[in-house]
This record gives sequence, structure tokens and C-alpha cells, in this order.
Amino acid sequence: MIELTKLFYSTKSRIFLILLILGMIGPIFLSEYLIHILIIILLYGYLGQCWNILGGYAGQFSFGHAAFFGVGGYFSTYMYVKFQLSPWIGLFLGAILAMALGLFIGYLSFRYGLKGFFFALLTMACSETLRILAQNWMLGKSAGILIPLQGSDPLNFQFDKKIFYYYVVLAMMIFISLVAHKIEHSPLGHKFKSIREDEEAAETIGINTMKYKIIAIGISSFTTALGGTFYAQYILFIDPHIAFGTNVTVEMILRPILGGYGTVLGPLIGSVILTPISELPKYILPYAMGIDQIVYGVIIIITIMFMPNGILGLFERLQKRVLTY
Amino acid sequence: MDIAQLALQALVSGMLIGGVYGLVTIGLTLVFGVIKVVNFAQCSFMMIGMYITFWCFKLFDINPYLSLLVSIPILFMLGYLVEHFLINHILDAIHQAQLLLTFGVLLIIENGANFLWGTRSRTVEVALSKAVLHLGPINVPVLRLIAFAFAFILAISLFLFLKKTDVGKAIRAASDDRSSAELMGINVRRIYSIAFGIGCACAGAAGSLIIPFFHATPYIGDVFLLTIFVVVVLGGLGSFFGALAGGIIIGIAESFGVTFIPGGTTGHIIPFIIFILVILLKPSGLFGAKGL
Repeated sequence: MIELTKLFYSTKSRIFLILLILGMIGPIFLSEYLIHILIIILLYGYLGQCWNILGGYAGQFSFGHAAFFGVGGYFSTYMYVKFQLSPWIGLFLGAILAMALGLFIGYLSFRYGLKGFFFALLTMACSETLRILAQNWMLGKSAGILIPLQGSDPLNFQFDKKIFYYYVVLAMMIFISLVAHKIEHSPLGHKFKSIREDEEAAETIGINTMKYKIIAIGISSFTTALGGTFYAQYILFIDPHIAFGTNVTVEMILRPILGGYGTVLGPLIGSVILTPISELPKYILPYAMGIDQIVYGVIIIITIMFMPNGILGLFERLQKRVLTY
Repeated sequence: MDIAQLALQALVSGMLIGGVYGLVTIGLTLVFGVIKVVNFAQCSFMMIGMYITFWCFKLFDINPYLSLLVSIPILFMLGYLVEHFLINHILDAIHQAQLLLTFGVLLIIENGANFLWGTRSRTVEVALSKAVLHLGPINVPVLRLIAFAFAFILAISLFLFLKKTDVGKAIRAASDDRSSAELMGINVRRIYSIAFGIGCACAGAAGSLIIPFFHATPYIGDVFLLTIFVVVVLGGLGSFFGALAGGIIIGIAESFGVTFIPGGTTGHIIPFIIFILVILLKPSGLFGAKGL
């Protein structure tokens, strides 16, 4: 039996290796449009995992992750347009700023013991406040900021071919998956999980829940902001709605929920399924806007009602059923 | 206009719209008090109410206030069905699941409306549309006054319904203690559906009341959503009169913010700031949640 599982794991890692090589070489032969789809899949998979670290592993359901996404995107864009600071540097400074915001929000809400609906609402109110502020006070106001096109300028995070953006986002995806994997198999992850399952019990056995929840929101806000800068550089544009809109948060939450929250692969699996659903109708049915959102709604309802642990949870259940026979 | 006059004007217009906020929030708070579910789609149901009144007016020339008799039953049925087929099955799941489920309902309703009617904004023109009551130095738009009065009357009748009728008593019993209510022979699951239906009907009624002076678009609910949440938290989740008072307070705060804070729509953040303060300092709401 032990050897069987060993074999299983080694094939698993082999499959991963093959997929990775395929992911690195494959897109060279694809059209720009398909690469675009792949980029969006990976970006939302990445963002989904960022949300998942706080919402899935630690169980703190944020409904305002757009705040961190937007801060990252706006900060790097603003510094580049105003002071010619390379977005590569703005990327990290913006992420630090977003982390500071995340730590602040986390400190305030966890200090007062907010959870569940109230934490969700507080984060949502924060991102909405930022959206209104950006609309009225930020450079570009509601029209947004256009990042000047330089053609090929790798030092300033601009590439003339989509494939380069693809490699950047692929690296981000691999990075966040490693982080999630590391968290899952570390004492930190176990503490996150115990907080998620029963916070009072975790407190009773001596876990400093406040500290670990703040660590979770810190990691989550920092990484989410990186995605914000990437997206701004990819479309060379940012406006308050793209940065802080509720739909950004929704896109982030849906992927781990569908794929299986609190797992390493869940967000990516969710993204592979959801992204084509949201991207394709824009080209096939440009006049029927909103169809993708209706499909999203149906998918949420089906997921919540019939597979509360997402697709991975469903697989696990099936696997167990097969093994018991 | 001097400052005092501006302030008085802001106070009155804030209070009038606050009454409508209150009515929508009563629906939300009723549902929370009974089922312990926060309904994200509340304002989308309000949007449906707006469209029902619009089409009644457009197709059959029915007076907007008369169309309350259409929108309330339709929204009640819709809410009843949503609860019966969806929420009823996940009552024991974690709160986040229920939140997300109602969010899925919101996405379907809003985008369904967009698909059916497009994003064009629509409103109803009635004889009183431009009528203004001059009370000394301040101007009171008649339509808003009517909406406020109707909202108040509906809220009072709902309160009496909950206090006096058998169904109302059953709803309160289910809200106080689910298992005891079941032991007393109350069909709690059916009561849940009814309560959710009433919650949606409140939203629908508010929609019918505001369309004469508010343009309806499929996504109008998003504008109201967070405001309503702010109101419900301020008044205390589950508190009936807290919702009404919270609605009026937030209406006034918003109106003052828009009047006195420069920079386009910056004034709209005032309710959020109040909200963040309340949620941190007194999460049970200003009036405490004492139940229905």
C-alpha cells in the first residue's frame, strides 16, 4: 500500500513536471489571443490563491480584496507616470503599501473581534471608500490613467509580445503556489486551519489567533498588490473601476470557491474553468453583455448547493467512495 | 443660500430618502433576524420593483403608487421561491456560503435585467414630478415626501402584522427560538420562506416608491447595496426600528456629506466612515439588536 502511494506521488510529480514544461514551451506556438486567455487564467488563478491564503486557509472571508489589487496597480502606475519610477520597483513599493493597508485593516478588525459577515462588510467598505477617493482625488479621476506606450521596454515592465507577460505571470503563479504549498505543510498552515475550523478552540490551546490572522492578511495583501501592478502594466491602463470595483473581488473569490478553497490547486482549477466562460462571450456574443455574469451566478449557486468544497472536494469524495469498494 | 439654510435643506432631503433606505433595510433585517442570512440581493429585488412599476406605467398606464399592489405580491412570490428552492437547503452551512449564494442570485437578477431591458435608464413621469413644496426657506419635492410617507406607513403596517397576526407571531417565534417554535407546531421552513418573501416585498415596494424620482438601471442596486448594509449595521442587525432610525441617520449623513464636502462624489464616503467606526466600536449597532 505504501509503495502504491509512493508511486502515486511520483506520477503526480511527473505530471506536474510535464505540465510545467508544456506551460513554458507550449504558448510559443499559440496565437496572441490564446496567449491572452492563458495570461488571464494565470492572473486570476494567482489572485484567487492570494485571496485563498486569507479566505481559504485562515477562513477570514474578505469581500474587499480589490482594495489591495487597486493600491498595487495605482501606486506603481502613479509613480511611473509622475516620476518615471520603473514599475518593477513600483511593484514592490506598491505591495508594501498594500500590505501596510492590509495590516491596518487586519489589526483594526481583529482587535475588535470582527468575523464572518462583519469582516466581509468592513473590507468591502474599505475598497468602496478607496474607489470613491480614486474617482475624485487621484490623478486621472474617474477617467483613469493611461500608461504611455513605449513598445518594447523590459526595464519599465513593457513588452511588445504577449508571451513575455505570460512568462511573468507564470512565474507569479508558480511562486504563489509554492507559497501556498509551503503554508499548507508548515505549522503556520496548521494554525491557520485551526483558526478557520474553530477560533475559540484554537485560542484555548494557546494559539495567538490575532497574530496569525494578521500574518495571513499581510501575506495576502502583499501578493494581491503584485497582481494589481501586473494587470495595470498588461493593459497599460488603470481606472477606479478596474482597480477597486467589486467585480475584481468577485473574480478573486470565485476561483478558489469553485476549485476548492484552502487548497493549493483549487484557485488554478477554478480559473481554468471560469476564465474562458467570462472571456469567450466577449468575442462571440459582443452584444449580449452580461451573459457571462449570469453563468457566474448559476455556477456560484450550483457550487454552494452541491459541492461546498469545490471541485477538488468533489474529487476527494468520489475517490473515497471508489476506495471503499 | 447661507450655511444654516443649506444645512436645513440637507437635513430634510436626507431624512426623506432615509425613510426609503429604512424600508429596504427593514426587509434585510427581518430576514436576518429570522433566518440568520444576510441577503446580498436585497437591492436587486428593489431594482425589480422599480422595473415592475415602470412597465405597469408604460404598458398599462397604471399610477406608480397603485402599482405597489402589483410589485409587492410579485416580489413576495419571487422571494418565497428563492428561499424555498435555494436558501432553505443550505441553512446549516457556514455563513459565507449563504452570503455567496445570495450574491449568485444578485448576479443572475442584475445581469438578467440587463439582458432583458438593456442598460438604458428609465423613469416614470407623473403629474407631480416637478412639484415642490415651499416650507419657509426650504424646498421639499412632493414625490420624495410621498415616498417617505408611504415607506413609513408600510413599515408601521408590517410592524402591526408581526405583532398582531398569527403568521406574524409565528415569524417572531421562529426568530426567537427555532426549535421551540418547531415544537409548538410551527412549520419553521415555511415561515422562513414567508419571512424572506416579506423581506423582498419590502425592497420591491421601496423600488416602486422611488422610481418617480430615481432612474432605474439594471445595476442601480449596486449603488444602494453598501448604503443599506451600513444602515443595517448602524441600526443593529435584526432590529426593526433600528433599521428605520439607521436609514434616516444615514440618509442625513449622506446628504450632509454631498452638500458640504467638495470634490464630486466624495461626500458619499461619509456613510462608509460612519460604518467603519460603528462596526469597530459598537458592532451590535447603535440601538442594540433586541430581536424583532
